[in-house]
Amino acid sequence: MNGTLRLYALHGAVVALLVALNFLLPAYHHGLMARILVLATFAMGYNLTFGYGGLLSLGHAMFFAAGLYGAGLGIHHLGLGVPAAFLAALACGAVLALPVGLLALRTTGVAFMIVTLMFSQAFHLAILYFSAFTGGDQGLVLKPQQRRIETWLGTLDLTDPTTRYLSALTLFAVVLFVLLAMVRSGFGRALVAIRENEERTRMLGYDTFANRLAALVVSGTVCAAAGAAYGLLFGYVGANFASVQYSILPLLWVLLGGAATTLGPLFGTVFMYYMVDITSGYTSAYMLVVGVILILLVLFFRKGLLGTLRERWLGWLP
Amino acid sequence: MTVLLETRGLSRDFGGLRAVDRVDFSLMQGEIRALIGPNGAGKTTFVGLVCGRLAPSAGTIVFDGADITSLPAHRRVRLGIAYTFQITSVFSNLSIFDNVALAVQRTLADGRAQGRLRASVTEALERVGLADRASLPAGQLAYGHQRLLEVAMGLALKPRLMVLDEPTQGLGDGEIEAFIALVREIAAEATVLLIEHNMDVVMQLADRITVLEAGRVLAEGTPDAIRADEAVQRAYLGGSA
Repeated sequence: MNGTLRLYALHGAVVALLVALNFLLPAYHHGLMARILVLATFAMGYNLTFGYGGLLSLGHAMFFAAGLYGAGLGIHHLGLGVPAAFLAALACGAVLALPVGLLALRTTGVAFMIVTLMFSQAFHLAILYFSAFTGGDQGLVLKPQQRRIETWLGTLDLTDPTTRYLSALTLFAVVLFVLLAMVRSGFGRALVAIRENEERTRMLGYDTFANRLAALVVSGTVCAAAGAAYGLLFGYVGANFASVQYSILPLLWVLLGGAATTLGPLFGTVFMYYMVDITSGYTSAYMLVVGVILILLVLFFRKGLLGTLRERWLGWLP
Repeated sequence: MTVLLETRGLSRDFGGLRAVDRVDFSLMQGEIRALIGPNGAGKTTFVGLVCGRLAPSAGTIVFDGADITSLPAHRRVRLGIAYTFQITSVFSNLSIFDNVALAVQRTLADGRAQGRLRASVTEALERVGLADRASLPAGQLAYGHQRLLEVAMGLALKPRLMVLDEPTQGLGDGEIEAFIALVREIAAEATVLLIEHNMDVVMQLADRITVLEAGRVLAEGTPDAIRADEAVQRAYLGGSA
């Protein structure tokens, strides 16, 4: 189909551009973009529940941190290799999201925000409390020799900037295409329908709870993957990534880029990151500038960058 | 003829108010049954109980020989009970195609079969005459067409029992004529339970009529019998019908 081809071509072009940036960017921006790609993956995971599922969670930091600590503690205490640590992190995200979803999804709206926030705070405090095991607020530093993957082709060293960038991009691209396929599938359609009108969707024979739970588990797993990648690529596992700030950031990134758009989270994260980076170079009151820009964006791009674009000109964007 | 749906002693209380009061009701396979009664008689509450949107306070519901009283709504839909809403509630931000696809994809064993999905959606839209507008957002349709879309969604579920809650409300005369033809077509394959205020529509369509008043069955019978029934005239028709 023509439309499908166009969509995959567009997403492929975005990924190709990001590959090209690997060779073009100066060192500083190269490192920054690697970080942004991991955080954009976090935002994409968040977007599945918030944008498509219509569930405003204030607790996604716990899924990011579950991946971060799942991988980090696995390496630190169990001596896992990088691939095993990554898989353990995915399992942590999924296993955490399931009971949280079972309990939190009994609520909606403001109550859901509060319940997810509370779970996340409990998770954060647990990390601080078990400091003998987690390193508390100091966190853990992964040694360079713990961040290598031995393959039969040779050693993949995640501390090397190019390897790091391309690893982050690989994760980003895989998640991007998986989510693209997912939101265009029957499941994605059902999820949006539940967001738009839950009662009507139920009367079409959908188990709305089960669909939301599935979305939350996938979302939690994606966020955990991002958390694990962050720890493995940048070598630091810290409790502040479980704080409420890291629940609100993906919300901001998604809102800026456009909720329920596949590419919005990337644009939102890039935009926000660079806005802070550039303004902080000029003034120590950069948060004031950022705040004003955010207010203007909300006023004139109510649905985020891509959401507004889709509404006005490009109705075919997923 | 076999019984498709049967309720025994079905009741529903809202606080102190008994909206549906010990209703014994049975519906034969293949018939068109109209449910009429004054405002507040409990019609919508009654079909809400049948569809599972509300839980009964007492009584049982049997569908096709199986007790479905405690089944959640989505499981009842899968058994073949489709409900079209009284207040139009299509997904106005989704395309017309997606609205119907939501219904179709549930009935397909393999939801990924894109070709079959498209064919079934088109078929349902053709039956209500909206196939040429499939890519429009549903919210852009005129009111009467939204009602038709609502019916198309119900049809796409391939139901055995189609519950239509005031389908002609707010439609013009020409649209009502078309609607009557459509309901006849639906009835060729499914049993129809119709809540309707427009007595012309009821008299033209219904095989039998059940009259509810204050949550109870006041009378039941053929259109002619109901028209002649004195209690019904007093309660509902105001003696003028």
